[in-house]
Amino acid sequence: MKLLTLNFLTCAIKTCKGSPASFPLHPRDSELEIIETDINLPFLKNILPRLTWDAVRTISTELGLPELPATAPTREDLVEPSSTSEDDAEEVPTQVAKDLHRLLLETCVKEGKLVCGCCEHEYQVKEGVANFLLPGHLV
Amino acid sequence: MPEYLVRLVQMHESFRKAELEALAELAGAEIEFVRYDEDSPFCIVRLPSDAAAKAVISRSILSQGIHELWGQGSDYDSLHASVREKSSHLWQKYHDVSFRFTLDCYRGTRELSENRRIIESFSYLDFQGPIRMREAEAEFRVFEDYQFNASTPHTLFLGRFVASSGRLAKTTYDLKKRHYISTTSMDAELALVTANIALAAPGKLFYDPFMGTGGFPIASAHFGAVVCGSDIDGRSIRGTGGSSRKGQVGKRDVAGNFKQYGTQGRYLGGFVSDLTNTPLRLHGIEGGYLDGIISDPPYGIREGLKVLGSREKLGDVERATHRDRFKEPTYIPPKRPYSFIAMLDDILDFAVKTLVVGGRLSIWMPTANDEDIELMIPTNPYLEIVSVCVQPFNKWSRRLLTYKRLRDEDVPPEAIERKRKEYESGVRADDLNVFRRKYFEGFKEYVELKREAQGSVEQQSGKPDVGDDTVQ
Ligand SMILES: [Zn+2]
Repeated sequence: MKLLTLNFLTCAIKTCKGSPASFPLHPRDSELEIIETDINLPFLKNILPRLTWDAVRTISTELGLPELPATAPTREDLVEPSSTSEDDAEEVPTQVAKDLHRLLLETCVKEGKLVCGCCEHEYQVKEGVANFLLPGHLV
Repeated sequence: MPEYLVRLVQMHESFRKAELEALAELAGAEIEFVRYDEDSPFCIVRLPSDAAAKAVISRSILSQGIHELWGQGSDYDSLHASVREKSSHLWQKYHDVSFRFTLDCYRGTRELSENRRIIESFSYLDFQGPIRMREAEAEFRVFEDYQFNASTPHTLFLGRFVASSGRLAKTTYDLKKRHYISTTSMDAELALVTANIALAAPGKLFYDPFMGTGGFPIASAHFGAVVCGSDIDGRSIRGTGGSSRKGQVGKRDVAGNFKQYGTQGRYLGGFVSDLTNTPLRLHGIEGGYLDGIISDPPYGIREGLKVLGSREKLGDVERATHRDRFKEPTYIPPKRPYSFIAMLDDILDFAVKTLVVGGRLSIWMPTANDEDIELMIPTNPYLEIVSVCVQPFNKWSRRLLTYKRLRDEDVPPEAIERKRKEYESGVRADDLNVFRRKYFEGFKEYVELKREAQGSVEQQSGKPDVGDDTVQ
């Protein structure tokens, strides 16, 4: 499960959904894995405005990964200025883009738990697959 | 705008136009249909340029290629007259380049000698370049359209080849060669068509809430989208549920399928969840975050559609038992039956909360061949229906419904009010069980229906594709 997924996940319990403490889920006892892939600049550019930057920073810190800047990069920060082009294929990613790619699309949670900051419910991650099925008393 | 001849395949007819329209939208090209007939594989469109024509067709699954239209007629005399009138200004451009001519007969055949005679009848074009069977700079194709069992064609076209389609992907993603599938996997051809109609493309994020063994995310990733999915059955994602492939050994899972196709970099991951208790964010990302949602939700009858929860409201003692036991490895969360209509409503509602403006929802839905039911299309004021495609079987059909997320400000306030009232009066959800019963009247279990669908696809793929009889 690539770390980017955590930007879109919150607690599955309905009463938690409205609470700010239910997002992001906090990774605990995580076993991480790096799976290298080609950088996907068009995707990074599109997804950037959909990131909740504070949450991405929190997750990164909690996993002991390098600290991210306090403010989110802009789309311009992802492309080497000299290479800006109509044709996506010709654009060259900056170090900022490469770091973001490493964090969001190459770093994967293999095993561990995701914990809700509101109700403290723990969701297990096994073999990279998180389980959000709720037990009977929480539905 | 110049006219182009699209050579379609003559199957899944009602999906073909929707696919072309979607691909034109993706390419940012204006498309105008001049001639389209469900009963014909020849379609004429206007597009701005060769480049646009290529961009549109190169991803198409339900066509073979696109050609600049040089002429058309009901017999060779009228075809030649049309070519002289329509394209004589283009002849000079191809005067000296290498070229070749081929003949494509739909539902007909020609002897080799007739073939040669037909091609020679175009000698007035006066091309002086060398004839090359491979890598010719210009390729011309004569198309003949026959009625079934007719000895002469009723319509003829001459086209200059511009680009081939993306139909080869149908073979690459063939379920017969996929490592991990289940009995309900949708065939690769329709999964790819669905991804096209939903506008899957590089830079986009796609999601399937009922992913099974990952057929739609895999198809969407083929077209460049980054994908994720979920399923209430964790075994289908992790792969311990096994595969329908005989003699299969070793672990097979959804992630493995992405590796097989070299698209694992676009697979964010799969998670186990239920749409009625989704862990995906429904608030907090202004403007949504999913570019597309594709799904073939499970509509069981005997087995039934299930969501999390218990049939009866839990008492204090039962709640305590669940609380004590849920961390045990053998604990299985209780599930309850759910109305199919409520599920459709939930999917639409989820799409409204998560799709970006212009983002698409493409869902499959089975339909009895009964007029009252056929017209039923689930609605939501924030979603505009883009296309309805039908795959017919004997006693039922399945439809692909595609919606587009509107901008909030474009939704009429009275439509929102109407929906709110429907909810309050209980017209929706479980109260529609009568409707549901009627909906499924005469239905076998959905899984069986899907098997029937797979069987018919295999039958189809057993015979050669129409149009493969192109001769030199
Ligand atoms: Zn919670």
